[in-house]
Amino acid sequence: MEGEGGLYIGLENGKAVEIRLDIYEPPRFFEGFLKGRFLQEVPDITARICGICPVAYQMSSAYALENALGIKVSPQVRALRRLMYCGEYIESHALHIYLLQAPDMLGKQSALELAAEAPEVVRNALRLKKIGNDLLKAIGGRSVHPVNVCVGGFYSWPDEKAIKALLPDLEWGLNAALDTVKFALTLPYPYLEIDYEFVALHHPDEYGVIEGDVLSSNGRKLSIAEYENGYIEEHVRHSNALHSRTVDNNTYLVGPLARLNLNHEQLLPNAKQALKESGIQLPLRNPYKSLIARAIELVHFYEEAIQLVKEYKPSGPAHVELKLREGEGAGATEAPRGLLYHRYKIDGNGMIQFAKITPPTAQNLPRIEADLFALTPRIVKMPEAEAVLTAEHLVRSYDPCISCATHFLKLKIEEK
Amino acid sequence: MTTKKPTVAVYKFSSCDGCQLSILNMEDELLELADTIDIAYFLEATRAQRPGPYDIALVEGSVTTPHEIERIKEVRAQAKTVIALGTCATAGGVQALRNFANAEEYASVVYDHPEYLHYLQTATPIAEHIVIDLELWGCPVNKAQVLEVIIALLNNRRPNLPPYSVCLECKRRGTTCVIVDKGIPCIGPATQAGCGAICPAMGRGCYGCFGPARDVNPESMASMLLKMERYPGETARLFRGISGYAPTHRTIADDILATRKEAKRKT
Repeated sequence: MEGEGGLYIGLENGKAVEIRLDIYEPPRFFEGFLKGRFLQEVPDITARICGICPVAYQMSSAYALENALGIKVSPQVRALRRLMYCGEYIESHALHIYLLQAPDMLGKQSALELAAEAPEVVRNALRLKKIGNDLLKAIGGRSVHPVNVCVGGFYSWPDEKAIKALLPDLEWGLNAALDTVKFALTLPYPYLEIDYEFVALHHPDEYGVIEGDVLSSNGRKLSIAEYENGYIEEHVRHSNALHSRTVDNNTYLVGPLARLNLNHEQLLPNAKQALKESGIQLPLRNPYKSLIARAIELVHFYEEAIQLVKEYKPSGPAHVELKLREGEGAGATEAPRGLLYHRYKIDGNGMIQFAKITPPTAQNLPRIEADLFALTPRIVKMPEAEAVLTAEHLVRSYDPCISCATHFLKLKIEEK
Repeated sequence: MTTKKPTVAVYKFSSCDGCQLSILNMEDELLELADTIDIAYFLEATRAQRPGPYDIALVEGSVTTPHEIERIKEVRAQAKTVIALGTCATAGGVQALRNFANAEEYASVVYDHPEYLHYLQTATPIAEHIVIDLELWGCPVNKAQVLEVIIALLNNRRPNLPPYSVCLECKRRGTTCVIVDKGIPCIGPATQAGCGAICPAMGRGCYGCFGPARDVNPESMASMLLKMERYPGETARLFRGISGYAPTHRTIADDILATRKEAKRKT
């Protein structure tokens, strides 16, 4: 009865000519509520856009508003932000790999079904995920909608002992993440190669997550402030979610494949080594294999978390005192599912006058439709149940945010 | 105990998925839980779906579309016990902020073609549409409380949920009152416990994720907080937030805004 996702394929003489992925996710009007709120309320409100990646929303909000105020956070705050983001990547990627995508690739209905056959795999997966949540909790008070992020930094420094106490678990996690890469390489992936335009934040000195330029595999390089000069969001009739395209009218891909392909040189040593040993040739262009990219990133973020935890030493103020002024600012960070862009206008009292939020899902939706289109010659020949499953697996390889919509995709194939 | 495992269904309405995720975040208990109960319907977690009726339905999210009004009735028809899971389900959540504004205006701010959309003017708690058996507040819910509720239901007893406000949790943690000590506005005294008083522990005020506490003295709360506002309208905004559509928080904000309007009119 939920049936929130629908896939329509229109045929002419047995050949697909039209495709539409209908997302009935109810419109939630976040940009509307934000108008008239005080800027310091924004990270708490935008977190509620997504329970799986609230930190991404908090971070993009904070950077955008800091840019509007013309302030820069201290190196210590920046390091803690990266550590917090490591926690979110760890919990989100472990969830996506083991609870959503791997059961699909192995023909299981869920991780619970997988647990009956391979209990150790699932127990380790849950522990991998839990460590990410523990890290978020140590920094933010809780893992879903954490409460410590503010414009200007953090409300307070997390307890040094509590952070250091995570080290043994993180070290276990790094090994388990390396095993995850090996596990990912054993899974059977459907064949699909797409000539994507990849887009991700790129930073010369680190794996791009919180700052850098918006880089495209087509060579377009824009600062975050220039993002809207390259990428446009549109409202299409069949969906409550907005759809993005490039100014050259191209669909593009954000997320783990885009990051790995554009930023693999910035991976930390263990992750780089794991990539090398995997024998994978970049660019990786199979959307199902985003699972492998997630696994390599899982290694990277465990590795980075270990480094940052070892170096963690709270000093100086946890946040910059804000001097309010009228202004406008953009911010973008890499959510686990891809680039997340925010722009705000504020008045002299710090009240929000305008808000724009472009989530990764809006950017990827036209790409998901195009990938499904590429699959249609295969799908139309399949029995219905198999066709539905093939389409669902593709959508779930992109995004758990709409997976509840796609654990039951209604498929309609129609000769026009 | 009967030999048959109780069946549980988990539904999503308008929400962020965070409360469902809190179930999946029971990493230490999930596999044991799945042995004790029969997860018959939980689209976020599994393709497997078995038809109702179910013993327990956990409902995340608020009702914001015409279709959801129909769906929530079906949920009621299918389940013996319906639990509203989280502050969207119990009070409309952050989406209920549209109830104090013009939803059409919001739609035109966010979308180029508001005419493509299907939505209601209000975001409402599920209890405005069906009779429910239990409310579990939180944005997100506390996973230990979710577990407690399920265990209590399995054992035919009442769940043990804290009846007191966030203040008691601060005392228990040894957190000095941020209102008294730092002059930071905090609506913890008017908010139900359950989060562990994490905000005051970080040196900030509570912003009301777990809904109104019982026995609140709204006038005294408001008059105290109004004196320490750090920006104009802070107190009203704290109450008109995550639990803003919950009766007590709603009236406190209404009263403050009405008084301010009156004062403005007089000047």
